[in-house]
Amino acid sequence: MTVLDTRHTTVSPSRRGLTPRRGGGGGAAGYLFVAGYTILLLAFGVFPTGYSFYLALTNDQGQFTGLNQFVKVIQDYRFVPAFTNILVYLVMWLVLLVVLTVLVAVVLRSRMRPGLSALFRFLYYIPGALAGVASVLVWLFMLDPDVSPASWLLNSLGFHSFAAVLAPGNLPVIFVLIAFWTGAGGWMVVMYGALNNIPDEVLEAAKMDGAGPWKTAWHIQIPMIRQWIAYMTILAFAAGTQLFVEPQLLQTASLGRVSPTWSPNQLAYVFAFQQGDFNGAAAISVFLLALGLICAGLLVTRSNLFTLDEK
Amino acid sequence: MTNTAIASSATARRGAPSRVISLLIICVLLAVLLVFFILPVVWLLLAPSKTADQMVHDSPLSFGSFGQIAAAWKHLFSFQNDALLGWLRNSAVYSGGSLILTLLTSVPAGYGLALTKFRGRKALLAITLVTMIMPSATLVLPVFLELNQFHLIGTVWSVILPFSFYPFGVYLVYIYFATSLPKEILQAARIDGASQWQIFTRIALPLAKPVVGLVAFFSFVGNWNNFFLPYLVLPNSDQFPVQVGLNQLLTSTPSFNPVAGAGLNITIPELALAIIVAILPVLVLFLFSQRTLVSGMLAGATKE
Repeated sequence: MTVLDTRHTTVSPSRRGLTPRRGGGGGAAGYLFVAGYTILLLAFGVFPTGYSFYLALTNDQGQFTGLNQFVKVIQDYRFVPAFTNILVYLVMWLVLLVVLTVLVAVVLRSRMRPGLSALFRFLYYIPGALAGVASVLVWLFMLDPDVSPASWLLNSLGFHSFAAVLAPGNLPVIFVLIAFWTGAGGWMVVMYGALNNIPDEVLEAAKMDGAGPWKTAWHIQIPMIRQWIAYMTILAFAAGTQLFVEPQLLQTASLGRVSPTWSPNQLAYVFAFQQGDFNGAAAISVFLLALGLICAGLLVTRSNLFTLDEK
Repeated sequence: MTNTAIASSATARRGAPSRVISLLIICVLLAVLLVFFILPVVWLLLAPSKTADQMVHDSPLSFGSFGQIAAAWKHLFSFQNDALLGWLRNSAVYSGGSLILTLLTSVPAGYGLALTKFRGRKALLAITLVTMIMPSATLVLPVFLELNQFHLIGTVWSVILPFSFYPFGVYLVYIYFATSLPKEILQAARIDGASQWQIFTRIALPLAKPVVGLVAFFSFVGNWNNFFLPYLVLPNSDQFPVQVGLNQLLTSTPSFNPVAGAGLNITIPELALAIIVAILPVLVLFLFSQRTLVSGMLAGATKE
């Protein structure tokens, strides 16, 4: 049942075996093997990235305009609110995710019978199947006091109509709820797997020294899975900057009460589709691309989690 | 939450009362989370059995009747002349087509990166790693701008081809072959005079079943649930995959859109049923593959 076990047997056994063994066949065969993928990589990874930069640095006549497009979108009255919204959302989401996932994983690992713990992990992770549009639609109903099974809770919090729930100040909380509902269960299982990987002797030693379960968690277990917590935080941050489906659907469902440019990706969408300004849209994409690239670069260079090659 | 945890840890050994409190906090936390994760799913499964009126007036977790499920089913599938069936078919074509292309390109690529030597191999690996970690949504708008430039918007390929680009799959296969293929077998094959291609098709591929399953699972689930790219590149309703179709259903529901939705039979039970139908393939895969999913989430990284 342990996660890391599966990983060891199916995907990445130990570092001992990580030396790639190349054939003596030389270049030609290698090129043939990677040819198909490389074409896709160039067409849908490298080229669009380069093309966005090109569009962001030119105008609709194709003339080079330096940083003008960037200046234009930053000065747009919707730019700062969109990035502020996403920042507020990210802070709330990451704090909640890290605190609860780690806490629950520790509890499920150390304070519960394995069978029961497996059942809990399974139930927590089921909503992950509804990621995307389905999760947003489900939460539209959960937040509508007319039909919600938690309408008593909504009412006691002072929300008596769907419109009241959708007040602008509530939106980050709503998106955090949706993100947590679909994503946290999977991460709890991952953290549980990481905790499971800590040798029993270490925990036994802590117990002998008189450490209670909370002390063991705080001083031994959590420090030992630090790397996984960082991995989760960076991936969740990078994905969070891209928020699009949730605010877009909420905007549709709220009959325009929610701003159509709540998140940066939505702003880029409005630039491209409503204003026909592809250069401005590209400039916003470049900002988001840069954020994604920084996160990826951090993970690749600063953590030992990814195996680039034999060292 | 953590503060309470630390506080109770300090007193944990002093006596029974604090242990009881700490246990109580754990139980409440687990129970609240359980309700939070499962209640919406239960509600969703019960919703199609009721009428829109019952949804508002009956208890939210009551069961209506099987007859009502059939009625909701009829309303839903008569929406725009079986539009939902068409959307499901589109989703199957997009996810299935890109699944095939993904496997055809990523399995040989992962093998080539792990076991052959060529110029630019390291660069290819590094770019793969970076694109794999970047959220896929980052590239959606740039891909749209590119497809628009080449007048490919609105074609089947404008969805299938970008979906087929799957660096994570390449990385999974690469790690698998770099670590799990016994060296001796390859050497023996080479001594016997097998060509690179023969080694790949006769030895490597048959051994790669677990990782091919993993790549297929992630590719299919990710593409089936994808909304952003098809939303941008497919202008016509009859080309929508089911996720984008759900968005259209939403705008046709009187509860959310009294003007456009007036006179239509698409109410909350119908919408709930549509959600269930739309996620059913993924839900089934999920129920049987918790281990697969999680091993993949961890497999992006190797820790030792």
